[in-house]
Amino acid sequence: MEPEKDNQQKSRRNFVQQGLKFGLLTAASGALLAKVFGKSESLNSEETMEVMSTDGTLMQVPVSAVEHAHEKKSDYNPREGFPNRKFVMVVDLAKCRNARKCQSSCNKNHYITGENAWIKIYKMQDNEKSAPYWQPTLCQHCDEPACVKVCPVDATFKRRDGIVLIDNNRCIGCRFCMAACPYSVRVFNWSDPWQGEEVEQAEYTADYAGVPSQKGTVDKCDFCPHMIDKGELPHCVSACPNDVFSFGDMYEDTVTNGSGQSFKLSKLLKDRAGYRLMESLGTEPSVYYLPPSDRIVDFEEGLENYTEFQSVDKPQEP
Amino acid sequence: MNTAYEKMINDLAPKKFSWKGNVWVAFLVLIILTGIYSYVQQLKHGLVITGMRDYALWGIYISNFVFFVAVSLVGSLITAILRLSDVHWSTPLTRIAEIIAVAAIIMAGITIIIDMGRPDRMLNLFLHGRLQSPIIWDVIVISTYLVLSILFLYYPLLPDFTILSKYFNKNTRSTKWYRVLSLNWTGNEKQSKIYSRSIKALSVLIIPVAFAIHTVTAWLFETTYRPGWDSTNFGPYFVAGAFVAGSSAVIVVMYVLRKSYNLEDYITDHHFDLMGKILVMLSLLYLYFNINEYLMPIYKSTEEEATHLRSLFTGEYAWLFWVVIIGGLVLPVIIMLFRGGRKPLPLFIVSLAVMACAWWKRYLIVIPTLSHPFLPIEGVPESWRHYSPTWMEWTITAATLASALLIITLLVRFLPIIPIYETAEERGLLEDQSVNKSL
Repeated sequence: MEPEKDNQQKSRRNFVQQGLKFGLLTAASGALLAKVFGKSESLNSEETMEVMSTDGTLMQVPVSAVEHAHEKKSDYNPREGFPNRKFVMVVDLAKCRNARKCQSSCNKNHYITGENAWIKIYKMQDNEKSAPYWQPTLCQHCDEPACVKVCPVDATFKRRDGIVLIDNNRCIGCRFCMAACPYSVRVFNWSDPWQGEEVEQAEYTADYAGVPSQKGTVDKCDFCPHMIDKGELPHCVSACPNDVFSFGDMYEDTVTNGSGQSFKLSKLLKDRAGYRLMESLGTEPSVYYLPPSDRIVDFEEGLENYTEFQSVDKPQEP
Repeated sequence: MNTAYEKMINDLAPKKFSWKGNVWVAFLVLIILTGIYSYVQQLKHGLVITGMRDYALWGIYISNFVFFVAVSLVGSLITAILRLSDVHWSTPLTRIAEIIAVAAIIMAGITIIIDMGRPDRMLNLFLHGRLQSPIIWDVIVISTYLVLSILFLYYPLLPDFTILSKYFNKNTRSTKWYRVLSLNWTGNEKQSKIYSRSIKALSVLIIPVAFAIHTVTAWLFETTYRPGWDSTNFGPYFVAGAFVAGSSAVIVVMYVLRKSYNLEDYITDHHFDLMGKILVMLSLLYLYFNINEYLMPIYKSTEEEATHLRSLFTGEYAWLFWVVIIGGLVLPVIIMLFRGGRKPLPLFIVSLAVMACAWWKRYLIVIPTLSHPFLPIEGVPESWRHYSPTWMEWTITAATLASALLIITLLVRFLPIIPIYETAEERGLLEDQSVNKSL
């Protein structure tokens, strides 16, 4: 268990470091932020500084905007979502070989300490004659979310940018959303999550699920708004060694995979006959799947990583 | 002096417990204390002390809640429906039915709080309540039903309280209480008019609310996509089952009370006979809904439904399923079709079986569905695939059942179990007694 513990401590350290790096990162993406969040009006009146944006170009941004972002990300409303965006994910089943890097990255970055990972890679086979395949499954961020419909206290909610989140400060723990979700993506904090002091003392916002998790409330995949805010891809997308996931904005009709390749969403879905899970239920998911045909790797390769009873490396309880 | 009337008051006035009663109360308190201990552990450590996990996300707390809601419906059946149909034989049973209804609905409310992961945030239901959620519907109808049930218990008690305050003529504390609670009932014409009107109005009001509480409880499940819950039959199926559970509860309580208070003059063999007939009718109705609920899906056998139903018919839950259907429905109906089966003792035993099976029936409605989600269960410990309640969960559940029995017991201790005034009225004892004037 020692290496695991090390790992955990490392991840905690990472978290602190992340906080430090945050300033630099936000400075870097400050230009983008300023552009997106309409702070550009102050550009000409204030002192500016030179930063490099994510695409490598140097830009002038007002010092105040950078400092503001440094304190508290961007000041968008986590309940409303990013204005004029609609997030979408594409999962290419032809590429998945159950490497499980998406899962371990998600577990690590959301400090998941329960037994049930938020992202699962199911071993699927639709019928006996058909080929088996691996199906990474995360919250589908439905446009008609069954979970949101039944929540009695508006703790789980749908944002304008398509993301479904949970306000863990409001959740009463009735678990009706878990019963309602047909994709089994919601997990419950049956006991104290023991995520370590740094995470537990972090300031809670609904748009960074798991930081911290709360006993007696529901958790799930949050589509990583905290990464989007930094202009980065969700953890699972960038962690996948096979570019199974692409993430993007439906309004821009573009999705980008972990290697940075971008695709035209509408064309991709047409060419590859994209589909959504349990379409017949009318939940209108935001996650599209590309069928597991013409596969790049053998299904069998994934079997070595297959663990039926474990999806999270169990940390030691204090 | 009308001796028959005097004797009746003497028979029906609340009596102090014998040693048996005290032992019974002590026994219930002990169970409740064990449950409280477990609940404190649950508050401390979270719901991890239960057998529930992410797949079996609801357990015996919820099935027990459904059971309580079911039992509470009987108040409306025995008191309201029979009263409005001008049936008089059931008058001596109305108070028992109402006491059971009040105890059950109180415990239903408490049980649902026990199931909450964050009971400390209960107020959010009012601060942030969303009318679109079936849970809010349930909060609204259950609290409405609670108020109506308490009123329905209380109104017919007004004349009885006056009678009792005169009967216990010593100036004891209980006499004072009875006098205060009687709200100065004298039985004059004006009061009698308001009295009978209110009871009639309550009888009419409580029926739709009673149907609503159990229909909404059915909707808690029906509003999901899950096989086994996704059924348009669920509302009436739940209501029919509720009447079965509730009437058997009334039979059990009336048998025990008749035996311990020697009420053979008031709860007669004829009452058992008629209650037995009602239970047969209700059980057949419930059986009909069961056939609808299970037979049509298995005929079609869509993959999801078939997986679920196979686990009930021949799989993991088969043993429990058939005991509940045969032992809790089919056999009782056959036994009660015979006159001998409706005699007090056999009917009492049959009703106990029906009640126990009714509890497990709710278990079979809530739990098996959860172990057959649409996507496979993977990446969780083996133990998460099957739900089995922990002993702490059992002690908490036992404590809720014991609390319901304790509420019933305490109400029986302080209230006349048989409505004195109404029974006297029906027996024609009031006219020559001119009770109205003397009070």
